[in-house]
Amino acid sequence: MTLTATSTATRPSRRRPGTDAPRSPALPTRTAWRRRLAWLGAGLVVLVLLCAASVAIGSRTVDMPAIVEALGSLGEPVEGLDQAAVVKRIPRTVLALVVGAALGVAGAVMQGVTRNPLADPGILGINMGASLAVVVGMAWFGMFAAHHMIWMAILGAALTAVLVYAIASAGRSGASPLKLALAGAALTAVATSFITAVAMPRGDISANIRSWQIGGVGGAAWDAIGLVAPFLAVGMLLALASARSLNSLALGDDLAAGLGERVMLARGLAALSSVLLAGAATAVAGPIGFVGLVVPHACRLLAGPDHRWLLSYSAVAGAGLLLASDVLGRIIARPSEIDVGILTALIGAPFFIHIVRQRKVREL
Amino acid sequence: MTTHLNLTASTHELRAEGLAVGYGERHVLSGLDLEIEPGTVTSIVGANASGKSTLLRTLSRLLSPAGGQVLLDGRSVHSMPSKELARVLGLLPQSPVSPDGITVADLVGRGRHPHQRMFRAWSAADDAAVAHALDATATADLADRPVDELSGGQRQRVWIAMVLAQQTDLLLLDEPTTFLDVSHQIEVLDLLADLNRDRGTTIVMVLHDLNLAARYSDRLVALEGGRVYAAGPASAVLTEQCVQDVFGLRSRIIDDPVSGGPLVVPVGRHHVAAG
Ligand SMILES: Nc1ncnc2c1ncn2[C@@H]1O[C@H](COP(=O)(O)OP(=O)(O)O)[C@@H](O)[C@H]1O
Ligand SMILES: [Mg+2]
Repeated sequence: MTLTATSTATRPSRRRPGTDAPRSPALPTRTAWRRRLAWLGAGLVVLVLLCAASVAIGSRTVDMPAIVEALGSLGEPVEGLDQAAVVKRIPRTVLALVVGAALGVAGAVMQGVTRNPLADPGILGINMGASLAVVVGMAWFGMFAAHHMIWMAILGAALTAVLVYAIASAGRSGASPLKLALAGAALTAVATSFITAVAMPRGDISANIRSWQIGGVGGAAWDAIGLVAPFLAVGMLLALASARSLNSLALGDDLAAGLGERVMLARGLAALSSVLLAGAATAVAGPIGFVGLVVPHACRLLAGPDHRWLLSYSAVAGAGLLLASDVLGRIIARPSEIDVGILTALIGAPFFIHIVRQRKVREL
Repeated sequence: MTTHLNLTASTHELRAEGLAVGYGERHVLSGLDLEIEPGTVTSIVGANASGKSTLLRTLSRLLSPAGGQVLLDGRSVHSMPSKELARVLGLLPQSPVSPDGITVADLVGRGRHPHQRMFRAWSAADDAAVAHALDATATADLADRPVDELSGGQRQRVWIAMVLAQQTDLLLLDEPTTFLDVSHQIEVLDLLADLNRDRGTTIVMVLHDLNLAARYSDRLVALEGGRVYAAGPASAVLTEQCVQDVFGLRSRIIDDPVSGGPLVVPVGRHHVAAG
């Protein structure tokens, strides 16, 4: 902590409480509230535009009237390639929305729970833990069905979260941000080499694993979305319900407890929400990096440190980032497509470096 | 003044009976008895690592005692609902964390946590409490400044504003003056004395400066060996023998020319005039 020498210049005159001291001016929270709401509205508008783009744009060029016609005849038997292409883009759009929102919120919650500005389902090893569980399920138990993958991913995510926390908590100072990040990095390394070791000798499934591992929403289907939807919904509700607790936890455990927060319970519930979100998202779309890291950081610049705003912003911005990356991936490599996981890394990495350089990363 | 503010004197009585607290195998407090009378200012003094913070953390039930109990108005604090306790007893810990980029008004607003329900909107009572806390600590002018940009003294006043917004009758503060220069120390202690006098807030704080502790407190509690070595008015507690036993320091006690209370003058190995 550095103390600046400005205090004498700005030190206000002493006022006694309970006397007729001038009332403080209208608190600035009202205007801040309006501004935050306006940004959220703008974000939603952009999201709607991105949805439209995602349905309209694809590696196959379909002209406007055909798109409108295809949308008009939804539910009827699909006719022609144009209509088929458009109809396929709808679940894909929905999947990008929910996975992006889930990853954005999971990252914001993890950063809050660990008070670690660099926490993210990727850095804490959660995504890789989920991936390892899915790959082990595929390779050893032949678990290729979507609902098996979801359970394995959530199991893997939860086990990794517990393991990372346990490793980081060893020793006196508790689970400091630095120790958490190190434990996450160590487990990521272990999980990555394990995945290779498990997948390598299995030529029969390695293509399967590789395409899932890169991460993507291209293969979206309604039944897979339906399967993860309950997990994502529960995770999202739990996260939003934890927002006020996260605000208290941000002040340090002692102060949070002094404010009437049950610290371990609050932290456990919030962690559970991010495990559900990250695990379910990884199960349907593979490990997608950087969304959970970059999105909350960018949102914090606009939303401020209040988690009730931060989580809503992160949901919208996460969905937007993934959707935009997916649309971009369909355009730049025509007639082929680039997986969304590759693009989020390409967009996210430089952005993240920019954030780290711009803002002091505290507590690490 | 708005009607939301509770200006009546504190009537809550806090008491510790036979407290035994430790971390793992290590015993920090053993068989500690303490009684905090409503409406008083109590300072806890003791050597480094004598368990002062541990005591405050146990009183506010951050730690569960291995033996004994903490009673608030006769009820064990460890069996009270956490938010109910937090509406009566506030704690400012030794090293609170201010979230990156938070403004003063937002930080002070977080003190309202125990008064809020999960989906209840921010209320007029919350507004009034925050405005009052800002006024009382003379931080209203700073309301929309980021906390990271404040000086140490300003920041400490903001933290106190935050626990004031919690509107508790009992306030526990762990080293509220550490890291402050002497004029800011006096400023913070004056502020706490105002609160005690004007609102009847019961104050329990850990202070390192024995002379300021003596001047600003109704009662001193000296900790030694995990127990209360002595408790009572400063003039009774601060003896040369006490300073020797609690801090292992030779000293002379003279009259404080400003307050009339005791003033501890330490005697080291150097700079001691002969005779
Ligand atoms: N979280 C902790 N884990 C283990 N030991 C601790 C912890 N906190 C404090 N201690 C130990 O307990 C003793 C009392 O500490 P503390 O109550 O902070 O003392 P004080 O506030 O009087 O300086 C010290 O020896 C300290 O090392
Ligand atoms: Mg201490």
